Amino acid sequence: MKIAVCAKAVPEQARRIDPETKRLDRSGEQTLNPFDANAVEEGLRLKGDAADAEVVLFSLGPERSLDALRKALAMGADRVVLVTDEAAAGSDLVASSYALARVLEREQAELVLFGQQANDSDGAVMWAAVADRLRRPLISQVAELTVSDGAVRGKRQTEFGYDVIEAPLPAVVAVSDAINEPRYPSLKGIMGAKKKPQETVSLSDLGVEGERAGESGSRTEVYALGEPPPRGETQRVEDDGSGAEKIVEFLLERKAL
Amino acid sequence: MKPSDFPPPFDVSEAVARPTDPEDERIEVGVAIVGAGPAGLACAIRLGQLLEEAPAIAERLGDVPVAVIEKGKQPGSHLLSGAVVNPRALQRLFAGRKRLDELPFYGVVEQESVYFLTRNRAARIPTPPTMKNHGNRVASLSELGRWLAAQAEEAGAMILPETAATKLLVEHGRVRGIRTGDKGRGRDGEELPNFEPGSDVLARVTVLAEGTQGHLTGAAIETFGLAGENPQVWALGVKEVWRVARPLRRVIHTMGWPLRAGAKYREFGGSFIYPMGDELLTLGMVVGLDYRDVELSVHDLLQELKTHPLVRKLLDGGERIAWGAKTIPEGGFLSLPKRLHAPGLLLAGDGPGFVNVPALKGIHYAIETGALAAEAAFAVLQRGEAVGRRGALASYDEAVKQSFVWRDLEQVRNMRQAFGRGFWLGGALAGAMTASHGKFPPGDARTEPDAEQELIRTGRARRYPAPDGKLTFDKLSSVFLSGNKTRDDAPNHLRVQTRVAPELAELWARMCPAQVYEPQDGRVEVTASNCVQCGAITAKGGRLTPPEGGSGPEYTLT
Amino acid sequence: MSTLVFLEHHEGELQKDSLGVLAKAAQLGGDVSALIAGSGVEGLAAQAGRFGAAKVYVADDPALEAPLPQPRVDVAADLVRRHGFETVLFGATVLTADVAAGLAARLDAGLNWDLVDLAQEDGKLVGKRPALDDTVYVDVGWKGEPRLALIRTGTFEPVESPAEPEVERVDVQLEDFSTLAKMIEQAHEESEGPSIEDADVIVAGGRGLGGPDNFALVEELAKALGGAVAATRAVVDAGWYPYSTQVGQTGKTVAPRLYIAVGISGAIQHKVGMQGSNVIVAINKDPNAPIFEYADLGVVGDLHEIIPKLTELVRQRKAA
Repeated sequence: MKIAVCAKAVPEQARRIDPETKRLDRSGEQTLNPFDANAVEEGLRLKGDAADAEVVLFSLGPERSLDALRKALAMGADRVVLVTDEAAAGSDLVASSYALARVLEREQAELVLFGQQANDSDGAVMWAAVADRLRRPLISQVAELTVSDGAVRGKRQTEFGYDVIEAPLPAVVAVSDAINEPRYPSLKGIMGAKKKPQETVSLSDLGVEGERAGESGSRTEVYALGEPPPRGETQRVEDDGSGAEKIVEFLLERKAL
Repeated sequence: MKPSDFPPPFDVSEAVARPTDPEDERIEVGVAIVGAGPAGLACAIRLGQLLEEAPAIAERLGDVPVAVIEKGKQPGSHLLSGAVVNPRALQRLFAGRKRLDELPFYGVVEQESVYFLTRNRAARIPTPPTMKNHGNRVASLSELGRWLAAQAEEAGAMILPETAATKLLVEHGRVRGIRTGDKGRGRDGEELPNFEPGSDVLARVTVLAEGTQGHLTGAAIETFGLAGENPQVWALGVKEVWRVARPLRRVIHTMGWPLRAGAKYREFGGSFIYPMGDELLTLGMVVGLDYRDVELSVHDLLQELKTHPLVRKLLDGGERIAWGAKTIPEGGFLSLPKRLHAPGLLLAGDGPGFVNVPALKGIHYAIETGALAAEAAFAVLQRGEAVGRRGALASYDEAVKQSFVWRDLEQVRNMRQAFGRGFWLGGALAGAMTASHGKFPPGDARTEPDAEQELIRTGRARRYPAPDGKLTFDKLSSVFLSGNKTRDDAPNHLRVQTRVAPELAELWARMCPAQVYEPQDGRVEVTASNCVQCGAITAKGGRLTPPEGGSGPEYTLT
Repeated sequence: MSTLVFLEHHEGELQKDSLGVLAKAAQLGGDVSALIAGSGVEGLAAQAGRFGAAKVYVADDPALEAPLPQPRVDVAADLVRRHGFETVLFGATVLTADVAAGLAARLDAGLNWDLVDLAQEDGKLVGKRPALDDTVYVDVGWKGEPRLALIRTGTFEPVESPAEPEVERVDVQLEDFSTLAKMIEQAHEESEGPSIEDADVIVAGGRGLGGPDNFALVEELAKALGGAVAATRAVVDAGWYPYSTQVGQTGKTVAPRLYIAVGISGAIQHKVGMQGSNVIVAINKDPNAPIFEYADLGVVGDLHEIIPKLTELVRQRKAA
């Protein structure tokens, strides 16, 4: 079985938005999006000891993302395919999902896994867009996953309780961070990661037209950056025996009760 | 009462072992370097240069001729210094390969001032000769480390971050390599579901370049009987980086306030304020850990320093963007190990104590000793000699003794000890020593371990400013700024007795810049996940051991 | 402007967040329509009218029985294509996030998510999106139409505006791949109350409680409010409460509608885990506790006095 894991390199820390480009400043150290580590772990778990199974990492980003994505190789993923192209910078959901779908089509994995969200953009939407472009069934927020008899079954939590959803392979599954505890890469794994195949492909390799990529392929834009609104007045009262009543009054006033 | 009355529950034998992994699971490398700091990376870079010229030897060293084991999240994550760097060693390391202006420096020092502070005044004093920095360069050591790591990788070294070296592997009287730490243990040491055991890393030569308070360096010194004449002593430095409204154009050092001059206090130290380009500056406070007052807190002294008119006006309209803390070995020449090698082993950088206290410098010594260690290791490998033979690596000691490192340190060998006699007398002695190149006063001065100082209490904590969140800050928000996001359910890596005299509990609580220790109901509560691994606890009666690789601060600008 | 609001429903009730978004759409003006997709859902159309929909499209089909996203993408895409809606809004939930993203791909339409406000500025629709742990607010927009948006939970309150909506049944034509995922089981029991990630209300306890036994105070209040219990690192460290409930830098990040901090000093390590909460109330005996700097209401006093009383008052109010 070929398992694709879609992953992203995100800034390690000191996150800021560049006021000029209005994009996230990606100049500092990059790391594997921690939520994607859960998807990698699940892919590795499903692969198990099967010799004919393969876990392939797919990503979009600048070439130096490879340094961060290598962590997945150190954990045990077999190879990485990175779509990297100057023209892809500034891609939004529409443009990114298009490029990602094109590279996934090329590989025809039976199972495409995503993590729960990207911790830089807080986006939690990519899988649904990719599933639609690939015309494959989708199960998201999966906290328990099993694969058998050519089908995938996922248990997940929603606002209303638990769902169990099943879909035939090939399918797209997004896992929640409750699904597992990602393994630590072993030292051997870290040392071996550099030698694993790390392929970079350009948009033209995938036949992605320029107008479908980057800012010209995007349908959203950023106008301005601002300060968060002030939290409003902070009120402080000394409890004179009526503290509890005051809290209730306040909650009613703020429609929080 | 002194801290050494409550020795830490730690035995050096915990840090030394034989290889235990089955033969086929051991990781074999040519040279294993512990620590991706200036010493370790200079060693890796120099080895890369030498092996490039000698491919046959590189071939013999296997798939990984040079590995650098680093406990921080990234190279640079655990690096912190002033720092004004003397470029001498870097020039030698990169001769014919890189120009100095290609290195990540914030410019050349052109102006400098030294002040003696009182509460509200600053008196400019002549710059002591050892402190002259003209032509030196300001750097963030964390940034310099990241850059050096990239050079080392380019030179063929494999850098293994997030990996702690927890044991020195010794067999038949020689060092065989190191063992890396386990990952995924719970609070009580139990194996969590994602437990990953450490590995034996075997090497022809092991270079310990662990920096201050090196865990394996200490074990090696004890195991191989390498201790020098004097015990090592340390200082604790706490620093911040600020984005400022107006550029600072000079390097500033201060002495005096908020430290006290009396001999009974043993408060030796001062502050530094360095420009980092037009937009940033860094400032820090360094205090010798032989101090006695249980209420002394270097973090809070730094906050106090910032309220001085001289400093406040530099920061006015600015914003604090980084914070960190680290100890500095201050014993100098007389505290150096009597040998810098053992069979299969070399010691470089801050670990063995190559720091010039009066000059406030050590980075160029780290780089130089790292490069010399590389040359010594290479020479032995080139000769095809049995590396484990006693004295096979002795050429390293010779090379260090011939270098400027040795000459510099010998000249200032008694300087630090003089200040144990109080600021004024110490200052006068230091001046005399400088003028006589270390010959006056005759005879070598003794030092006592920092943990042997009797504790006193003077009520100085009352004067620490309350944090206002703008100019002055509490410890927890500072730890936050260090990028420390250590897992809370990891085992405690700080070995201290938890039932100690109340004075000692208070000493630790005040001393620790990261709010790790808290006296509570007669016990010391230890919040190990706050720890930024500065090492002060080892100086004052406890023992810092390496926590899980990848934990601790994530410095980028310090 | 023509706007379509996707309305989510559960057990015969339109969801409050969906109705809040509908009310906001009505306030922004233009033609506001709503889409209800499900099986046996015709009766919900009238509810939608009460909250501002002039027209309600109802896709009623057994294939839409299970709350799965892909068939709903088909229905919404069809509707948007036929009627040319300029804007499509969703109150964000597990289901609607997948519907919105699938629709964005299907229509090559811009999707902005996690919005906490929408406004017309100089004739343009502008969304506000908090970013980087809510430390920055980004004004976002769309290039071309339709414009898709997911609105953060709890952002807009439903507003009643009695109206008789025009109801239109829409044909349900599904793509072959959209029906491959099947709901096998749906369980609605929430025996242990909501988890802290999902809870609308969180009552969190800190070291000020004085001991593990006093967590009962926090638990009682949480129960009365229908919320979840959280803890600070200090008390988790001390073994008073499990790690899974820890809020803060090295625990979970939460953003409930109401966060009540009991005996919590509120160091920055805690703050970063809960500062996105809508309303923060703090009770602490130390008037200098940092939490008072960012709590909407801070009560300086003895939590052992205040909390039991508060619990009782909340219970009375819920009973009434």
